[in-house]
Amino acid sequence: MLSMRGIGKSFLGVRVLSGIDLDVAAGEVHAVVGENGAGKSTLMKIICGVHAPDEGTIELDGRPVSFGHPLEAQRSGIAIIYQEFNLLPERTVAENVFLGREPVRRGLVDRAAMEQATARLLDELGEGSFGPRDAVKRLSVAQQQVVEIVKALSVNARLVVMDEPSAALAEHEVELLYRLIGRLRERGVAVLYISHRLREVFDLADRVTVLKDGSRVTTRPIAEVTSDELIRLMVGRDLGTYFPPRSPGAGETRLSLRGAGNHKLRDIDLELRAGEIVGIAGLQGSGRSELAKAIFGAEPFTEGEMTPSRPRSVREGVALGIGLVTEDRKAEGLALRQSVRDNALLVARAVGARGRDGVRDLLERVRLAPPRQDQEVRYLSGGNQQKVVLAKWMTMAPRVLLFDEPTRGVDVGAKAAIHDLMRELANDGMAIMMISSELPELIGMSDRVVVLRDGRIAGTLPAGPSEEAIMRLAAAEVVS
Amino acid sequence: MSGVSVAARLREPTQVVFLALLGLIALGWVLVALDGGQFLTMESVVGIQQRSAALGIVAVGQTLAILAGSLDLSVAYLISLASLVAAEIMAGRDGNIVPAVAAVLAVSALVGLVNGLVITRLRVHAFIATLGVALIIRGVLDHLYDGPAGKVPESFQLLGYSRIGPVPVSALLWAGVAVAAWFLLSRTRLGYRIYAVGGNEEVARLSGIRTGRVVVLTHVLCSLCAGVAGLLLASRLGAGAPTVGTDGGYDLESIAAVVLGGTALAGGKGGVAGTVGGVLLLAVLDTLFNQLEVNSFVKDVVRGVVIVVAVAVYARRLKGRPA
Amino acid sequence: MKRALPILAVLVVLLAAIAFVNPFFLEPAGFLAFVKRAAPLVILAAGQYFVIVSGEFDLSVGSLVTAEVVIAARLIDGDESATWPVLALLIVIGLLVGLVNGVITTKLRVPSFIVTLGMLLVLSGAVFLWSGGAPRGALSEGFRAFGRGGLGPVPWSVLILLAAGAAAIWLMRADFGKTLMATGDNERAAALSGVRVHRAKIYAFMLSGLAATVTAILLGGFAGVSAQVGQGLEFSAITAVVLGGVALGGGRGSVLAAMAGACTLEALFTLLNLYGISGALEFTVQGVIIIAAVAAGAVRLPRKFTPRKGDAHAAS
Repeated sequence: MLSMRGIGKSFLGVRVLSGIDLDVAAGEVHAVVGENGAGKSTLMKIICGVHAPDEGTIELDGRPVSFGHPLEAQRSGIAIIYQEFNLLPERTVAENVFLGREPVRRGLVDRAAMEQATARLLDELGEGSFGPRDAVKRLSVAQQQVVEIVKALSVNARLVVMDEPSAALAEHEVELLYRLIGRLRERGVAVLYISHRLREVFDLADRVTVLKDGSRVTTRPIAEVTSDELIRLMVGRDLGTYFPPRSPGAGETRLSLRGAGNHKLRDIDLELRAGEIVGIAGLQGSGRSELAKAIFGAEPFTEGEMTPSRPRSVREGVALGIGLVTEDRKAEGLALRQSVRDNALLVARAVGARGRDGVRDLLERVRLAPPRQDQEVRYLSGGNQQKVVLAKWMTMAPRVLLFDEPTRGVDVGAKAAIHDLMRELANDGMAIMMISSELPELIGMSDRVVVLRDGRIAGTLPAGPSEEAIMRLAAAEVVS
Repeated sequence: MSGVSVAARLREPTQVVFLALLGLIALGWVLVALDGGQFLTMESVVGIQQRSAALGIVAVGQTLAILAGSLDLSVAYLISLASLVAAEIMAGRDGNIVPAVAAVLAVSALVGLVNGLVITRLRVHAFIATLGVALIIRGVLDHLYDGPAGKVPESFQLLGYSRIGPVPVSALLWAGVAVAAWFLLSRTRLGYRIYAVGGNEEVARLSGIRTGRVVVLTHVLCSLCAGVAGLLLASRLGAGAPTVGTDGGYDLESIAAVVLGGTALAGGKGGVAGTVGGVLLLAVLDTLFNQLEVNSFVKDVVRGVVIVVAVAVYARRLKGRPA
Repeated sequence: MKRALPILAVLVVLLAAIAFVNPFFLEPAGFLAFVKRAAPLVILAAGQYFVIVSGEFDLSVGSLVTAEVVIAARLIDGDESATWPVLALLIVIGLLVGLVNGVITTKLRVPSFIVTLGMLLVLSGAVFLWSGGAPRGALSEGFRAFGRGGLGPVPWSVLILLAAGAAAIWLMRADFGKTLMATGDNERAAALSGVRVHRAKIYAFMLSGLAATVTAILLGGFAGVSAQVGQGLEFSAITAVVLGGVALGGGRGSVLAAMAGACTLEALFTLLNLYGISGALEFTVQGVIIIAAVAAGAVRLPRKFTPRKGDAHAAS
């Protein structure tokens, strides 16, 4: 039904996809797996008309198509379900399903028809826990996902693309998702299923395509691969990339957690020591970012112990000498319209600390090039923005620095600079915790890798673990 | 429309405002009775209806603008302008009523169109855009008039003063506008799109809605409501007046009534029913103070407090709810 | 400074045009008279700037100005010895109003548009309730001196303006200003950097209340006691700030530009008068100009950057 040949795409000169071939048949569940940065999201966005490919062709039922806008893809029968739902919480289920295409009779919206059609689709999906007249804001995340799927079906989508659909779901809700996908298949709808979770891939998919570093590794019927093989295909690569050498050993304990927890985390025991980089691995939704925010005091722990003390607010965290380089720079890390200097000094100013004169030196130390202090941060590249965030924390000479995806959206050169800097800081006696979903980064940088699963620590691995070992711990179901 | 759906629409802030209205009426009854009078006589009910009508009509229009994520600060001056256009064209002659009404509606629609286009095409914040348009109208009014002008014929004054049984015609007009707006919001595509654009413009756009067009149409409707209010006030005064809109404070007051009725200032949430409740609440408050012969300035104070407290209560309810 | 350049250029052109028609404007006395007239609005705009740059509105300043003038007249009632205590009281009232605005906005999460609108109603109602419907009493000579008198040839109001302007610029360069700006730009990022975002916003509202107090003191002396003295000033102040290129929504623009915007507005009125355009049409011109100014700014710059929620995952 859908057939893609030789798809390639670059952003700002960086090649993210090349030569991708992908075929999806009607009624097939086709899983796309790969590490973060393998190109899954970009590929998906091309299919849905968000991005246009630089090269290659897309055919739908044998006819070549090109989508300039998501609406065009939608009209051709392709629907996408993002992790962030596109729903209006204040409106009812039926109103959301028919948003922008409300049925009209004699000039008026035909509510009855709309609600009947929605009810019928809900019924077909075996969904009885809510009705077409319920407000979306009252539904659980899983139920909202059902609404998105109903929306897709109501436009007669023949291909539904799902991006990590289980990431936001609780265990029992995943069952519902399975059932839904089963129904879609019965209706002859093709599903492109993007996921990290191999158990789901084995449970659901007919075929699986493995992406790695922007290329397709293989496409195989699911029956012909084992999970170990799949993991090897996803991650198997030589770690040719340069990482700075590890430090000789860890020093005194800077921070320790005993049985710490909150609404998202349980029984966390962890020690961060001077001179050490501790990697945190885990699937999306495993509580990685929550761990960093809890230690930092932004979403504090509510139980257990933390030494030297448990911060109840960001300011208490900062006072303890803890810094957090957030995952989403633009939303949480930087005031984009302010200058480099103002951003670098934000923390120092917020807590009224000294040490402002050294900003120029600091910006040089983080290798910001060129170190123009008066430039607005929004004009900088991702890598330089990240260096500004780093400088912001270094003004405080923190004892503990937490990194959440330190090199996401950062080009290769800046990546190496940031890695060097992290190691340098550790060697200077800082305790560093680094969350990353890029396995090579975790393996190359960490002196220890702690793997989280469902808000708990699933295990700790010594320096230089294999990617398979991390993946097994993170997605324990594969082994069991 | 079925019962379930009526219940769904009355949920939350709208429900709160009508409960508050009932509570206030009960309280008023007690207070006035202690004072030795009778609350809500036929006379005072008629008074409430007449007092609310003009504000009510403007507030209905304002509801549409706010639901779409916009707002309109130009309504007060537009009301004055409309009253003058009406009275000048009518010039005391019955035969001119129809052209005068048509002219008022045309002028109003034009002002709304300008508001909408400045916001969507020139990308000026609605606050500044409508404030600018308000200033433009104000300058023209101040330049051309320094007092009441024109004359409204007797027959048209009936709109302002006559009643059918206990119900003033002006209240019927208000009810008509409110029902029309309710109908628009709940039964037409435009209404659905107003909610979508105000709720999340990005989602609306991705669903193929031409968001700019919706905002412009909404502003046209809002201005038309202000024009109708201007007609009503002209019929009351018997003439047009350059200050009738601003004296009534219809710009900020209408916004206050809308948010009092539970419509979110950010858009996408609320409805006409709440606004009607909000306007009635303010009017009953007025009546109560009049009957108790409380100093009129107390009204302003209480009104200010009531509005802030109401929105704080709505914000709190929002917080307590699962996302 | 750099951000203030466009509006300063416009201001210089307007001033030159005024001087062309009215050479007296070039003499110190003529120019000082202009500055004196502009001072109240400029100070009020500076106060409004703090609130706007933090991402909020303050609609209560106009009625606060009226309230303070009426209170001053009633309490002083011509008694010279009451001048200083009443001045102190006015300042306390201004700060208190700002505090209430700020606390309700941040802690009760009511949009500042509504909070300050409510405050507007409360203030105007309360003051007239207390004064019995019409302003009574009179200001003392000592009080009026701020708006009318001067130190030699230099009016007090000009000196006060210079001091207030310098203080505002200094504040925006200090830690407070920088963190306030960051709060208006990205409240979440500021909070995650340890900024007390609520406190910063409350201070901004208090500064606006303080500025309204100073404006009231100047206007009371300059224009006298009336119930209309502050009418519409909230919109003039917001207009001035926006004219200076400060974006509604926060995080952008300089206080110098905001004050220059207020000067420009006054210069515009002066010029229109000189050219014999009716005082009434002033408003029309003002309306056109404010829309044009903001539209020009909007067309050049892309609309306020709002990170799409999905962007975080775009790179994964």
